[in-house]
Amino acid sequence: MTEPGPAVEAEQEPEAPLGLAARLELWQRAGGVVTPLLTTIFAFFMGGLVVLVISGKNPLNTYKEIFDGSGLNWFGSYCDFPCRSAGNLQQTLIQFTVLILTGLAVAFAFRCGLFNIGGQGQYIVGTVVAIQIGVSFPSLPAAVHILLAMAGATLAGAFWAGIAGFLKATVGAHEVISTIMLNWIALWVASYLVGFGGPMQDPHAGPVPITQEISSSAKLPIVWGSQLLQGLHIGLFVALAGLVVYWIVLNRTTLGYQVRAVGFNAEAARYGGISVARNYFLAMAISGAFAGLAGSMDILGWQYRLDLTSVQTYSQIAFIGIAVALLGRNGPVGIFFAALLFGALKTGTSTRNLDPNVFRPELANNLTQLIQGLVVLFVGADLLILYVWRVRRKLRLPQRKGSQA
Amino acid sequence: MTPWNVALLGILSGVIAFWLVLPPVTSRTIAVPLVVGGAGIAAGAWTIRQGRLRAGWGAVASGLLGMIGGVFVTRASAAHLSDVITWSTLVEFTLVFMTPLIFASIGGMFSERSGVVNIGLEGMMLMGAFFGAWGADRTGTWVGGLAIGIVAGALLALVHAVFSIHLRSDQIVSGTAVNFLALGITGYLYNDIYGNNGTPGGLPAVPNVSLGWLGSIPPHELGHFLHDSLSGISLMTLLALALVVVSYVVMFKTALGLRIRSCGEHPRAADTVGINVYAVRYASVTTSGALAACGGVFLSIGYVHSFTENMTAGRGFIALAALIFGNWRPFGALWATLLFGFSSALAPQLENVPPWANYSTLFAALPYVIVLIAVAGVIGKSIPPAAVGRPYVKQ
Repeated sequence: MTEPGPAVEAEQEPEAPLGLAARLELWQRAGGVVTPLLTTIFAFFMGGLVVLVISGKNPLNTYKEIFDGSGLNWFGSYCDFPCRSAGNLQQTLIQFTVLILTGLAVAFAFRCGLFNIGGQGQYIVGTVVAIQIGVSFPSLPAAVHILLAMAGATLAGAFWAGIAGFLKATVGAHEVISTIMLNWIALWVASYLVGFGGPMQDPHAGPVPITQEISSSAKLPIVWGSQLLQGLHIGLFVALAGLVVYWIVLNRTTLGYQVRAVGFNAEAARYGGISVARNYFLAMAISGAFAGLAGSMDILGWQYRLDLTSVQTYSQIAFIGIAVALLGRNGPVGIFFAALLFGALKTGTSTRNLDPNVFRPELANNLTQLIQGLVVLFVGADLLILYVWRVRRKLRLPQRKGSQA
Repeated sequence: MTPWNVALLGILSGVIAFWLVLPPVTSRTIAVPLVVGGAGIAAGAWTIRQGRLRAGWGAVASGLLGMIGGVFVTRASAAHLSDVITWSTLVEFTLVFMTPLIFASIGGMFSERSGVVNIGLEGMMLMGAFFGAWGADRTGTWVGGLAIGIVAGALLALVHAVFSIHLRSDQIVSGTAVNFLALGITGYLYNDIYGNNGTPGGLPAVPNVSLGWLGSIPPHELGHFLHDSLSGISLMTLLALALVVVSYVVMFKTALGLRIRSCGEHPRAADTVGINVYAVRYASVTTSGALAACGGVFLSIGYVHSFTENMTAGRGFIALAALIFGNWRPFGALWATLLFGFSSALAPQLENVPPWANYSTLFAALPYVIVLIAVAGVIGKSIPPAAVGRPYVKQ
């Protein structure tokens, strides 16, 4: 085997620390599908160790039960009515819908070199606006009402993230800090709105912090299962369309080209006549639009009303979007599978779906958290990726020796 | 008089404009806050014309806030006001809410000054909170809890350090991961060890410092006030305040501090003069985890006396915000935590008055709004260390 020349060496070991988007580009070239897969397997292995060592349970049984709880066993097995696995799969797909959209929210900003950690806030303003519109116009035709609520939530999310984008573009305020602040502002303002005595609280609910139910014209049609049992709503197709839109905007439009150029090297883009400030703003706004839309999917699809727990706890689903985007390597296909993985994990470990005799759901919830943390930790480690890349190159090098010499 | 002093007077008159309408003075005329706050604005405007923009705008903002706030307060009933504004209670709880924030934001200062962004403060606090409670339960002493909590926080910080320094992860990604991990680890262990019963009652607690002699300070009312507000002060609150002074001396008056700061400003130059950048960064990040964990320990066995899942509830992020608001300086961070602690202490007081109870939730958003305004650069700009967030590659 030949010694790699200095040029190759330089390519492998980037001298200057990379920017966020340049780094993602590197990951895509270097790791391919191998690093995300290895990371996932490793994270599940570590999770299994925790189950085995700390709780003394059989990890394989536990994972099998979580898998069954996610409803993914519906594929390839005949199922009698009432079918438990079908119901579970519907829940998984409902989570999948939201995770695709929150994943896209993180991924779009990543492509512009920005870290949108504010998916939670954007999701919350989306839910609040969706509720407000859903409650307000009971006489509208269903299609108009739904579209209006979705559009409102999308714009609200775009506005909320746009604040951070605007601050980044004009005064250079770091988007991570401003989006974290916007998360908490959204959380407390929404808590006030739906809380006891708040302006959006249902006047008939007494002390319960919950809004009115949206009118039936604003509810998304159910495509699988029944509305009473939280069936799968049409939002799944909205999310899948979101994946397509994401790909088209990034790869087939001038806007997408500019966003990627800014993300890859802001200085070079500026030199090439692209307005960096404008793209920072637009990238954040579009990214927030995805998260706001995700909020409306949950409200219009199955929650129908917003309570304090949803605002303060359930909204953390937007954080999983970070793991989805990183694991999915910011590509639509990757995000699809990563969202499915976390959607299944979240459903499979929920209190409703996991048999406490096999494994306690309270533990399993935290197991999901742990796996998520490990995935994010390892999927972002440059050097591990470079190492995998080098191993791959070594494996491939003998075949290409002739062309390289 | 220099423009700086005028601006300071302007800021003060903004505060006074607000203070005059509150108990015990409780002025009821609208003119008082208008005149005093107006004076603050005028002082600010003059300072701006002298070219001291930052101080000047600060005075204008303070005067305006004092004026608006003051006018609002004069329209509320005096009885309601005295229900909300009990100064000794407010001081007592401001100190309680400040304590964990001080520990975490000083911790964050060490990490960020050395060039490593620490979004993971929240997770490190949470580790301290759980392992502090667990350690206190196991060892039977609060010192044991504190030690175990510190070790746990430092270990989590070490994970962040390995990934962001050696493996060159994006530091924000790594910090986010660390937060997820801490949630998972503490939640899992808590459920596995304590189940549904929660942490046992009667956990060994961090002791309070007895300051009974404060009551005998003349004049009588002052002594009474000091006694009410400070007699129940926790040992860790005093440690936190001492930490601010110590960290200021270490960071800005010693060679060690100069080394830490140079790694955060220009690591290549630091390396050239023989500073081991990696070692300094590892030590700083680990220290930050240990300090943030102290804040967590205070929460679980110093104040709440139990552990619940995700009990830090975003305090790590407020601490980070305080650090930024305080311009990455110990005393700056102290003033910021004072502000945030005070608003946290005021919120529950608002619930004493039924028509205002609602707004206490809204009030919780205030610190974040202030930080957002601060990072927007309206009142002077926060400038981070130059190399923060960038992995250093040794040549």
